[in-house]
Amino acid sequence: MTAGQSGMARCINLAALQVLIQLLAGDGYAVIGPIRRDDAIVYDRIAGITDLPAGWTDDQGPGHYALVRRGDDALFGYAVGPDAWKRFLHPPVETLWRAQREGDTFTLAAPRAPAPRYAFLGVRACDLRAIAIQDRVFCQGAYTDRSYADRRRNAFIVAVHCGGVGGNCFCASMGCGPRVDAGFDLALTELVDPAPHRFLIEVGSEAGAAMLARLDSEEATSSDLDLAESVFKRAASQMGRHINTRGLKELLQTQPHHPRWDEVAARCMACGNCTMACPTCFCTTIEDHGSIDESSAERVRTWDSCFTLDFSFIHGGSVRQSASSRYRQWLTHKLAHWIDQFGVAGCVGCGRCITWCPVGIDLTEEVAALRMATDPGSTVSHEHP
Amino acid sequence: MTTAQDANVFEPTVYRVASIVREFEDVVTLTLHPEGVQRPAFTPGQFNMLYTFGVGEAAISICGEDEDQRGFVHTVRQVGAVSQALASVSEGDAIGLRGPFGKGWPLSEAERGDIVFVAGGLGLAPLRPAIEHVLRHRSRYRRVTLLFGTRNPRTILYAKDIERWRRQADINGVVTVDHADAGWRGSVGAVPALIAGAPFDPRSTVAMVCGPEVMMRFTVASLLDAGLPAERIHLSMERNMKCAIGLCGRCQYGHDFICKDGPVMRYDRLANRFSVREI
Ligand SMILES: Cc1cc2nc3c(=O)[nH]c(=O)nc-3n(C[C@H](O)[C@H](O)[C@H](O)COP(=O)(O)OP(=O)(O)OC[C@H]3O[C@@H](n4cnc5c(N)ncnc54)[C@H](O)[C@@H]3O)c2cc1C
Ligand code: SF4
Ligand code: SF4
Ligand code: FES
Repeated sequence: MTAGQSGMARCINLAALQVLIQLLAGDGYAVIGPIRRDDAIVYDRIAGITDLPAGWTDDQGPGHYALVRRGDDALFGYAVGPDAWKRFLHPPVETLWRAQREGDTFTLAAPRAPAPRYAFLGVRACDLRAIAIQDRVFCQGAYTDRSYADRRRNAFIVAVHCGGVGGNCFCASMGCGPRVDAGFDLALTELVDPAPHRFLIEVGSEAGAAMLARLDSEEATSSDLDLAESVFKRAASQMGRHINTRGLKELLQTQPHHPRWDEVAARCMACGNCTMACPTCFCTTIEDHGSIDESSAERVRTWDSCFTLDFSFIHGGSVRQSASSRYRQWLTHKLAHWIDQFGVAGCVGCGRCITWCPVGIDLTEEVAALRMATDPGSTVSHEHP
Repeated sequence: MTTAQDANVFEPTVYRVASIVREFEDVVTLTLHPEGVQRPAFTPGQFNMLYTFGVGEAAISICGEDEDQRGFVHTVRQVGAVSQALASVSEGDAIGLRGPFGKGWPLSEAERGDIVFVAGGLGLAPLRPAIEHVLRHRSRYRRVTLLFGTRNPRTILYAKDIERWRRQADINGVVTVDHADAGWRGSVGAVPALIAGAPFDPRSTVAMVCGPEVMMRFTVASLLDAGLPAERIHLSMERNMKCAIGLCGRCQYGHDFICKDGPVMRYDRLANRFSVREI
């Protein structure tokens, strides 16, 4: 369903948005939305619209992020912050089970706390796609990650179309935005100017329709729809960056010896920030702990990154010793292998890895460089030692 | 795609250590029996995740089952915390097990032709149930060769089994050592060097190889030289594994997850990365 379908689109005002948050909370959801904290817009619990970052936007560039005032009171007038929704659906630290020693054996007691019910307010098109991608990773393979699946099934998603995009955004190149297309319960388009401040609201699911029915809304006028259309157009024209994806998978998969890998490795600190900030990166490590008296044990899963040496450790040493091999793993996985593994690229063009890289490495630039410099000796060798 | 497994795939099942054989100084073979449940079926070449309470988990190949098929047999070399703990268990101890996982050896594809098994060191462990399978169905296969390389005559894994395979099953078993001692009358040198002289018809042979990656690299080169096509060479690959079910990302090798797309992989499908370092 799109905003253009007449008769379907409705409008709500600020008071109704406040009611939406309260109704969700009343229905037992932990409502998570954007708030301003530590000079960034992050996602956390919200109680109402006054928690939202009214009038703030984010200025982003390679290795650069700063909050600046907008000229208006837009609540969703920023692009994306350091957090992705995976923080909630695929938490950074998760206890998978606990076990007790009993006599000469042990028994497992999974933490049976019911999965949290999250309502997300302000999910961008790129992040919506990132959630769909993690669904493929965790729920659509041979094995289902049960705790992810439970949290995901419980989630209520209120998407927000991007009005202005960030300097590092390239969702359009990845076919993921800026317009929200699917995977939401409700989707908002923020209309600030001319007053009154209001939201075009679209329904994406039965749960969304039921919720909309409980809100005061009015039918969107044709000028509302025109205004929304101009918001979309503006966003699409403001993309800060671009990736040419044509033939990119083949390029990356056949250039393991390209000199650019060493060149980028000279700048890369292998800190792993890009993988932590990325909304699709899913890698984890598992740690087993035992209590000092050996009576209990637990298994904890934490986010991990292919930039650590530990990631590829096998007896005798890590497979990926050099930073260049680790950067190669990262970029090739995101933009190439992912397509073989899950049927879609692992990048949604949100730009977080560019913004939060301490030295400002920009994957769109790296891809362009990999394309440009042709290295005759580096197509994959079929010879044997 | 296989149907989604619903149980909590991270939860190990309790098994008891039924017997322990110390193969040599740092290698033990454990027979593990499930408690109160039936042991799941397995394919030769698959592995289990073995857990010692409070210490951790390691991927260990299934190297066999006991006579009455009650349990799994695993051979472990101590190299770090988990394998050390596994190597120090006592009979009757409870350990955790998840599995079996992964894809095994192409034993039906190999029927009606010759087989060459090539193993280096502990790489013999995942090949052992494949060899036992051939033994049970000997008439389905033609000439069968095992080329096994190990450090020295004191580290010949499953020496008694190798004798039995030779005697009972007409398996041409050749053991070669890197360093001979005074009593050694067998072959000395690297295992790939034995391939040229092995009795097999490259037009109808399947090779199954497991060992350290360098050893496999030279082995593949020799097999190709001997005229074996790349698609009939199968390797068991190793990478760091945490989940064994395609969710943690650690075992990635190019676009494959070794835990679910392997560990046994057809050489032609990985030829393009096999010579790439640090992949
Ligand atoms: C499919 C498959 C089958 C296998 N079959 C067998 C088999 O039959 N028998 C056998 O003995 N082995 C087998 N292995 C190898 C076995 O899984 C590893 O040797 C085992 O994980 C070792 O665990 P560990 O804790 O004893 O050793 P370590 O090597 O100490 O620990 C392994 C883990 O600890 C971490 N770690 C430890 N030390 C370091 C360090 N210095 N720096 C960074 N990280 C570190 C790594 O994350 C790693 O995951 C197999 C492996 C695979 C993938
Ligand atoms: S790779 Fe970078 S731009 Fe792409 S989804 Fe991840 S963080 Fe966003
Ligand atoms: S890029 Fe690295 S951390 Fe991210 S999913 Fe791929 S292997 Fe995992
Ligand atoms: S071991 Fe976790 S994905 Fe393969």
